[in-house]
Amino acid sequence: MPVEPLKPADFASDQEVRWCPGCGDYAILAQVKKTLPALGIARENIVFVSGIGCSSRFPYYMNTYGFHSIHGRAMAVASGLKMARPELQVWVVTGDGDGLSIGGNHLLHAIRRNVDMTVLLFNNRIYGLTKGQYSPTSEVGKRTKTSPKGAIDFPLHPISVAIGAEASFVARTLDIDLKHMGYVLERAAAHKGTSFVEIYQNCNIFNDGAFSYATDKNTKEDTRLILEHGKPLIFGKDRNKGIRLNCTDPEIVDLGEGVSEDDLLFHDEKAAEPSLAYLLSRMHHPEFPEPFGVYRAVERPCYEYVLDEFCKSSDPPASAEDAEIDALLNSGDTWVVD
Amino acid sequence: MATSTATKNSAKPVKRQENDTVTVRFCGDSGDGMQLAGTQFTNSSSIFGNDVATLPDFPAEIRAPAGSLPGVSGFQINFSKFDIHTPGDRVDTLVAMNPAALKMNYKDVVDGGIILVNEDAFTKTNLQKAGMDVNPLDDGTLRDYRVHKLPMGKLTTEAASDFGLNTKGVNRCKNFFALGVVCWLYERPLKPIEEWIGKKMGKTPAVADANTAALRAGWNYCDTIELFPQAYRVAKAKIAPGKYRKITGNEATAMGLATGARRAGKKLFLGSYPITPASTILETLASMPQMGVKTFQAEDEIAAICSAIGAAFGGACAVTSTSGPGIALKGEAMGLAVMTELPLVIVNVQRGGPSTGLPTKTEQSDYLQAMWGRNGECPMPIIAASTPANCFDMAVEAMRIAVQYMTPVILLTDGYLANGSEPWRIPQSKDLPQFPVKHAVSNNGEAFMPYKRDERGSRPWAIPGEKGLEHRIGGLEKQSVTGNVNYDPDNHQAMVNERAAKVANVAESIPDLKVEGNPEADLLIVGWGSTYGAITTAVERANSGGKKVAHAHLRYLNPMPKNTGEVIKRFKKVIVPEMNMGQLIIKLRSDFLVDAKGLNKVQGKPFLVSEIEEAIESALK
Ligand SMILES: Cc1ncc(C[n+]2csc(CCOP(=O)(O)OP(=O)(O)O)c2C)c(N)n1
Ligand code: SF4
Ligand SMILES: [Mg+2]
Repeated sequence: MPVEPLKPADFASDQEVRWCPGCGDYAILAQVKKTLPALGIARENIVFVSGIGCSSRFPYYMNTYGFHSIHGRAMAVASGLKMARPELQVWVVTGDGDGLSIGGNHLLHAIRRNVDMTVLLFNNRIYGLTKGQYSPTSEVGKRTKTSPKGAIDFPLHPISVAIGAEASFVARTLDIDLKHMGYVLERAAAHKGTSFVEIYQNCNIFNDGAFSYATDKNTKEDTRLILEHGKPLIFGKDRNKGIRLNCTDPEIVDLGEGVSEDDLLFHDEKAAEPSLAYLLSRMHHPEFPEPFGVYRAVERPCYEYVLDEFCKSSDPPASAEDAEIDALLNSGDTWVVD
Repeated sequence: MATSTATKNSAKPVKRQENDTVTVRFCGDSGDGMQLAGTQFTNSSSIFGNDVATLPDFPAEIRAPAGSLPGVSGFQINFSKFDIHTPGDRVDTLVAMNPAALKMNYKDVVDGGIILVNEDAFTKTNLQKAGMDVNPLDDGTLRDYRVHKLPMGKLTTEAASDFGLNTKGVNRCKNFFALGVVCWLYERPLKPIEEWIGKKMGKTPAVADANTAALRAGWNYCDTIELFPQAYRVAKAKIAPGKYRKITGNEATAMGLATGARRAGKKLFLGSYPITPASTILETLASMPQMGVKTFQAEDEIAAICSAIGAAFGGACAVTSTSGPGIALKGEAMGLAVMTELPLVIVNVQRGGPSTGLPTKTEQSDYLQAMWGRNGECPMPIIAASTPANCFDMAVEAMRIAVQYMTPVILLTDGYLANGSEPWRIPQSKDLPQFPVKHAVSNNGEAFMPYKRDERGSRPWAIPGEKGLEHRIGGLEKQSVTGNVNYDPDNHQAMVNERAAKVANVAESIPDLKVEGNPEADLLIVGWGSTYGAITTAVERANSGGKKVAHAHLRYLNPMPKNTGEVIKRFKKVIVPEMNMGQLIIKLRSDFLVDAKGLNKVQGKPFLVSEIEEAIESALK
């Protein structure tokens, strides 16, 4: 059935948005609403599922079906929903604490099963909702209310985690670059399988400027590397720097001076092995520019579609007699007493 | 394959004494195949026409050292010409395959009872492994019993070595030899067992033939050497006509859930994580894709219940099954299901706790956790199955209550019901209740109110895909009617009241509490769950012995049947037997202000009939 063209505003619910003014979540909400109409999916067939956190308030602001579940468990709720209703389009919104701390287990396993849904992990490197404790993505030494002498734990890198969990689609974008976010969201929504998207998101109240190196006009060209499939890894204001592989390690080289584009690492998001994608995920500021865009997009069967194939059955009849039930109850060894 | 007419005529006419009821226990090392021997003996007995009840008892460690005391596995079966309700208190015939098994079990044998031992296993090493310095077969330990020492290893080798199996393979057949012996002793037909062997082992004919030969050799051995001066017979029971099958509690639960979903006009989704003694529910439902049943082995119990909640939001009849430790993990998500008012069945196959506790042993100690073990005011309907077959009816009931009242429902069973079995008269689908779900549909663009309640107090079940009903739910407190997030104090009070009232309303749809036994008695035994069999038998015996005792068994624990208070207050004395330290009794005393007395036991074992008889005796003194 053709769907009438929707506008971004059609996806706004009647609930007042309650994030702090200036929070990066607003931009993400706006861009998601902008992206959805182009997908051509009716509102009633879209479901947003979230855990708990500032980011996880997201479903309340979307005029689709939505489920604001419990802390860390969005991936599990969404997986069950998709298994029961494979035809729905499901989005998961989670935070760095929600998805990688309390919900780390579920994130790994949903990704490994490749349940067909799009996961947006809003990474602000802080616990926003609970007012500013350090998170599993906070850097070592991060001073917060619960780490007054600086965080001791070594952080997780969401993209590396997703690749380690056998993700079939992995991408990174950031809140203020709407165009790039739009591109990544479209790609993620189109991918069949778990699409894992890390979104750098500024929490201007408890961790302001965590990603300023990547958002600041003056530095962003040198600190970001935009990935393009089949293209060499080039970055810099003057596009004169590149990433070359030195044995198994990436290194920054200046183009010209005896180094040509052909000497650089070429991006291949469809590589069967995730090794290079993982290598990219290990490039961190300030040593390296941080890669943005699609790291990996490969095809793999989706759990819920395979399960659905196994479980085709007749629908229960409206009548009182149900041959399927009778066959089930009479299976195995039976005997008759007259 | 050797031919035999063993079941038809024995070499010499045997004198067979008629018995009403017999209890047999097979025990040996966990590698000895005792569960299999027991199940096959049960099948043969039920097909023969007895009423049967069984109690498997296996070790928690699958790979406990061979021959050790923790490695002993047992299977008890009670078969009778009457209606029976328990696997029997004391054992008439014990089969012990090694010293450890004998040591752990012989004290349960009645005086003068039969003990059959596999003599070959009574070696010095095996005796040491069982911590015995002297051989109990020689030192008078067993003087009160009729002991038969059979070289089962040797005899099995003689019978089963011609089929090409290696020594180990041949030796594995000795459980069938032992089974053949006990079948002869009680005149059990071999045919159903041979058919089973053909079906299950037919793919490797050598194995099938060797086991069949061992089975027959056991039978023929008794015949030939006149092992027993006396044999027995247990006549067929007077059983209601119909088609029967044997069923364990977990099979019944699984079938009840699958059936319940179809009676709701829906597909079943089970999210579960393996745990003893609940795993076989997941395994059984995993084998039913043809019923449209989707099973999901999640990464943990939290994911299991959350996936079920997601599936329920999508419109499936959703279930999660587990045991105590898993329930502990599911607590927060159970609250989410209460808050979002989605239908969900939570099966708790209770086992000994706390913590990992006694994984393979039974207990009823999770009732108060089911009542009150969650944060906040978090009421849920709770129902409990009383026998293995009753698990089917209660699973269907759990599904009915869940979809009619839009609520999570806890179904309590336990390890004893889960693994115990009984003959089950197979119901016909047309006689089973039907409760088709009607999802909310959009009403000409009228604003949808996801928390507007119907006369039952339940909210509409609107599922994704329905245009115009797009709405958001979650664990935050809801505004009445609109379902929007709301923290207003009066609204919270109102919503707590509404959720409680809805659960209380379930009482309108459940049967009254029945009084069994003698309703004129002064003494009432109130039970719940798997104590049904032992209480029923004890009460029957007391009444036929001239005492006056009544029995009421609660299958609905929250809310309770509307007449519960009236029933309980009618009696001068109330005893509440429970396999816990007194849980239902707390609720009965506080709700009805009755001076009930507890009879409590937490030994990982069901009540013996005699224990309840003694309690009756002393209460009536
Ligand atoms: C079981 C449980 N534990 C703790 C909390 C408290 N809690 C709510 S959100 C949160 C952390 C959120 O951080 P993150 O996922 O990064 O989301 P953000 O607010 O930063 O978007 C915590 C600890 C809770 N709601 N539930
Ligand atoms: S606390 Fe931070 S993340 Fe949360 S709404 Fe405010 S700015 Fe956004
Ligand atoms: Mg955060």
